[in-house]
Amino acid sequence: MACISPDGKPTESGSKMLRALQAGLKSPEEIAKEASLPLFRVRSGLRELSQAGLAKQRDDRYELSEKGAELIK
Amino acid sequence: MEEVKEQTGHMPRIGEPAPAFEAVTTHGMLKLEDFKGSWLILFSHPADFTPVCTTEFIAFSEIHPELQKRGVELLGLSVDSVSSHIAWVRNVEEKTGVKIPFPIIADLSKEVSLDYGMIHPGQSKTETVRCVFIIDPNQIIRTILYYPLTTGRNMDEILRIIDALQTTDKNAVATPANWRPGDMVVVPPPNTQEMAEERLKQGYECTDWYLCKKKL
Repeated sequence: MACISPDGKPTESGSKMLRALQAGLKSPEEIAKEASLPLFRVRSGLRELSQAGLAKQRDDRYELSEKGAELIK
Repeated sequence: MEEVKEQTGHMPRIGEPAPAFEAVTTHGMLKLEDFKGSWLILFSHPADFTPVCTTEFIAFSEIHPELQKRGVELLGLSVDSVSSHIAWVRNVEEKTGVKIPFPIIADLSKEVSLDYGMIHPGQSKTETVRCVFIIDPNQIIRTILYYPLTTGRNMDEILRIIDALQTTDKNAVATPANWRPGDMVVVPPPNTQEMAEERLKQGYECTDWYLCKKKL
């Protein structure tokens, strides 16, 4: 996985996305801009972070889950 | 006949939606839909750690900043494992100093290669030929180029096609042979006699009623 290492910790790009979500609900486009990552990477990364329970999708936007917030404290 | 179809897969055409995929890449699992809203150049190469492909990857990396300015993403593909891709891009960086900035699909199952008609058994039954698919932000195939195994691709032409497609989309015009940005563009031919007569009065540079050019 590109955003989560085999040990379950977020990679550098995963951490960037999680940090971008700290301020609340964001669209993939907003996260891409804030994290300076290509939009395609953000879209696939958000799928991974959601599957890992670190982010949650609400309509077209994403937010940190409790687990995700705990991880980047 | 059936055997040939099995080896070649689907042959996509210009104007058709690009076949959807979900694939393992050097940047993680990627779906075609992840690129929606951007132009995408999906290109295949025969194999990692081969000389012509290495020169092409360096050349694609060199035009990457120009492509980014035009809102274009790059996505490579070959029938190799992701470990092989990683080892190769690391080797290219170590030996040449060029970092490969775009993802590469590891298509060991040949699923994507067959959906895009990238395997041409007359050239190789196991490797993809040098294909270039230019896919627009609505995920429609706009250009297909095929190069043989022995001929490396021309990056100037790929950039020129992108410029031409974006210019024609924006301005509802066409581009003549050997067109370059800044050159005159072709005004679409008229559909009626009235339009043919009117266009001759519009100040275009016309060879005749069916071939008129203008500056943008």
